[in-house]
Amino acid sequence: MSYSTLNRLTPYIFLVPALVIMAIALIYPLGYMVYGSFRSWDPSQALPDTDFVGLANYISLWNDPNFHESLMVTLKFAFSVVSIEMVIGVGLALLLDRNLRGMSLLRTLFILPMMIAPVVVGLMWRYMYHPSVGIFNRSLEGMGLGSVDWLGQHALLSVVIADIWQWTPFIFILSLAALQSLPRSALEAARIDGATGWQQIIHIKLPLMMPVLIVTCLLRLIDAFKVLEVILVMTEGGPGLSTEILALRISRTATEFRELGVAAAMSNYLLMLLLLLTIMMLAYNKVLEVRAARARRIAEEGL
Amino acid sequence: MPSIQLQQLTKLYGNLEVLHGIDLEMQDAEFTVLVGPSGCGKSTTLRMIAGLETVSSGEIFVDGKPISHLEPKDRDLAMVFQDYALYPHMNVAKNMSFALRLQKRPKKEINKKISEVAEMLGLTDYLHRKPAELSGGQRQRVAMGRALTRDSSTFLFDEPLSNLDAKLRTQMRAELAMMRKRVHKNMIYVTHDQIEAMTLADRIVVMSGGYIQQQGTPEHLFKHPINKFVAGFLGTPPMNFLKADISRQADRTVLAGPGFSLQCDNQATAKLANFSGSQVDLGIRPSDLIFDPAADSAESLQLHVELSEYIGAQSVLICDCAGEKIMVELKSDTPIALGEQLKFRINMADVHLFDPASEHALV
Repeated sequence: MSYSTLNRLTPYIFLVPALVIMAIALIYPLGYMVYGSFRSWDPSQALPDTDFVGLANYISLWNDPNFHESLMVTLKFAFSVVSIEMVIGVGLALLLDRNLRGMSLLRTLFILPMMIAPVVVGLMWRYMYHPSVGIFNRSLEGMGLGSVDWLGQHALLSVVIADIWQWTPFIFILSLAALQSLPRSALEAARIDGATGWQQIIHIKLPLMMPVLIVTCLLRLIDAFKVLEVILVMTEGGPGLSTEILALRISRTATEFRELGVAAAMSNYLLMLLLLLTIMMLAYNKVLEVRAARARRIAEEGL
Repeated sequence: MPSIQLQQLTKLYGNLEVLHGIDLEMQDAEFTVLVGPSGCGKSTTLRMIAGLETVSSGEIFVDGKPISHLEPKDRDLAMVFQDYALYPHMNVAKNMSFALRLQKRPKKEINKKISEVAEMLGLTDYLHRKPAELSGGQRQRVAMGRALTRDSSTFLFDEPLSNLDAKLRTQMRAELAMMRKRVHKNMIYVTHDQIEAMTLADRIVVMSGGYIQQQGTPEHLFKHPINKFVAGFLGTPPMNFLKADISRQADRTVLAGPGFSLQCDNQATAKLANFSGSQVDLGIRPSDLIFDPAADSAESLQLHVELSEYIGAQSVLICDCAGEKIMVELKSDTPIALGEQLKFRINMADVHLFDPASEHALV
């Protein structure tokens, strides 16, 4: 091999280890899952021994009320946590985008929850929600307000609160970064033009942050659809199916119901949903790029 | 239009004082230019007037009323920024009408105002474009337009032309001067470019190191600089400085240094009567050196021409005078050659003298 060929191949050679890992850890299992989703598959069987059933797994899921219930819980969970997290996260960023003493410490404190392992978060909140010894009910009773059946009657609300606590910081740091990269002089111009604090937020800051906010929102949504550990630890999907999100149902279908083919089909439904969101995000970025390129072209040509 | 007065205006960043008690009065409808090298405090002064920087001590008065505690929006002023500071997500019309829309003025009035200003600045065809779709010069015009639609009593300009290329800058400078004639408002303009300052200003305020060095009309500052800094800062090519000793020979005062000995006329002799025996910095503008082969050595410099920078009608000669570099401006068709030893006559009335220690102008 000549020196120049080697030179040209260098970047690809560097990529090979990553590609190998991707193939083993991602592409292979993914292919396995897609293949398995078309078969009637019990955990005791090896995959080649299973029977091909066509789209039967997908069709039975489509008509399964429990799957619908699970999907609805997932959608409810994802959209409610993401919308509340967006409001609180962006709000905090707007409040903390200033130079005060101790602000860097405060910012670090705010992003701590994000760094805790989800299982730990789940355990922590489970103890806090504990009906008799948890801090919430103890406090409520101490104030004479009576206790709340957190993980029973209000299970979905409880897991939503825990997720908001953990993931608002993600939106907070991204919004804060977006805010701090806004053109300072445009904000100063707005102040001179007579904009009050609120008007600056509504007319200048939020519109300029929008590209970052949209991508953040989609990223968070993708993540929220995949949530598992926190809910697994806190409620195991109960009571009933009230907090059984898709990831949990998939794992239960595979282990408890011993229907690997159905579980694989369900995973594929979830995958399609996530792909849709990912494609939306990429498309949005593409639109922004095209728009910027068009603006540059007009600026250069159209004098 | 109100008069603006700065009284002992001081700015501290932490413990660092960057403005040391600025006193300045700007008359009604005057075009004031704050000029100086970077870091001299000119932009800080402007931003304090705008309300974008807090005042550490001292006060700003508009028509006698203190305003330093007011928000920018309550100060009745418009500002043009160096990087234009347009709102990237709004089109030109929206950019220009932002202030009026915040004031909830009637739509009709806003549209009328926008089309007036757009007409005046040649922006009518671009009203629906976003800032990213405009060239630098057009963006600059929109920034001006945004200030003009405001009807404020005072306009602030923070180095508005320094992001433009040289040709566009000259063109926009001329447009600004034209606009200045039509718009009778207070204008305060910050620049580091002394040509902008000279061409636009009613009053120039030369700043350096957080102090006002001198203020006055461009002509006054050019002809009577109060110190060496102002003398060297205004004028291109800059003033030449030579060290000289003052001595008395017969009834005349003589300024002598390595390679030259200039005899003062009666007027200068009288002025320098008390300085005999001391040293002085001699300042001569490049345009005040007149090529004259027949000149007497008592009223001329003998210079060795090292380099000629051809500009067009004029050329700048870089010459040597016993180790000191001297610049001379003269007509390009003057018949001279590099390497020649030439005589340049000096009119003593054009010579500036500075105290070498304090750098203040003598007499």
